[in-house]
Amino acid sequence: MNCELDADDYRIIAATQGGLPLAVRPFHVLAEQLELAADDVMGRLQRMQDRGVVRRIGAVPNHYALGYRANGMSVWDVADACVDELGEAVGALPFVTHCYQRPRYLPDWPYNLFAMVHGRDRTETEAKVAQIAALLGAANRGHCVLYSRRILKKTGLRLAPAAAGA
Amino acid sequence: MDGIDRLLVDALQEGMPVCAHPFAGVAEQAGITEEDVVARLQRLLQDGSLSRFGPLFNVEAFGGSYVLAAMQVPAGDLEHIVGLMNGYPEVAHNYLREHRFNVWFVVAAADAGRAETVLRDIEQRTGIPVCRLPKVREHFVGARFAA
Repeated sequence: MNCELDADDYRIIAATQGGLPLAVRPFHVLAEQLELAADDVMGRLQRMQDRGVVRRIGAVPNHYALGYRANGMSVWDVADACVDELGEAVGALPFVTHCYQRPRYLPDWPYNLFAMVHGRDRTETEAKVAQIAALLGAANRGHCVLYSRRILKKTGLRLAPAAAGA
Repeated sequence: MDGIDRLLVDALQEGMPVCAHPFAGVAEQAGITEEDVVARLQRLLQDGSLSRFGPLFNVEAFGGSYVLAAMQVPAGDLEHIVGLMNGYPEVAHNYLREHRFNVWFVVAAADAGRAETVLRDIEQRTGIPVCRLPKVREHFVGARFAA
C-alpha cells in the first residue's frame, strides 16, 4: 500500500508530526510556515487522508487523564489456522481499541493475538478480557494481561529530517 | 475537564475536516466560539488531558516501518536503560508493563532498515535481547475513549 509522496508532502509531515498549529485557521498557519498556498496544503492533506497516509486529523487523549487507569494489553495464543478469523471477531468487539496479529517468540512468548482493553479499574478491564475469552472458547490455548504501570514515552512519529525531506 | 471539554475531546477524537475553519462545526455544537475551542485545546494539551493534536500518520502507507518490541529490563537498570532508549527519536511509544517482559516500545522509522538499525543499537548498547513483534495483520485500530 505504498504511495507516492513528493517533497512538499514530506515537509507537511515533518511540520505536523509533533502536532498542528493551534489556531482558528490551523491549515492557513501551517501553509504560511511552509510558504505554500493554503489550498495546496489542504488539498495535500485531504489526498493523504484519502490514501490512508493520514488516518485522521484530530485529538489523541491521554487515557490516564480521562480516568482509564487499568490499561491492559491482552495477549492470546490461538492456533495459526484460525487466527485470522478470530482476530477479526475480537477486533470487532466494541471495547477493543487495537487488535493485531503478531509473531510468536518461542519459547518465551507464545502469544500471537494482541487486543488492547481499557477500564477505569481492573475489575472493569477483567470483565472485558473475560468476554474475549468467552468468544475464543476452546481456541484459546493460553492468555495473559499485561497492565501498563507507567507511560515512559508517548511522542508518536518523529521522522528524521533527512527522511522527512526537510 | 468540564462538559464542554468532554464534548470537544469526544468529537475531535473522531477527527475534523480539512477546510479553512475546521473548528466551526464543533464550536457550534458546543455553543462556543472557534477561538474558545482553540483556547480549550491549548489548555487540554498543557494539562496533559490530550497527548497530541494533529494528523495521525500511518507510516506504513508511505514506506515506513512500525515495530513493537519488548525487553526484560532488571528493575535496578530501568531508569538508565529507558533514558538511553527514549533518546532515539524513532522510539515513538514506550510503556512499563507488569510482566517478565516489562518494557514495551514502538520504533517508528522511515524504512525497515532504519527501524532494525535502532533495534540492534538498543540491543548492543543495553546488552539485553530485544524481542521484535512486528504486526502480521491489523484487525482493528480505532482507539476511542469516552471522555
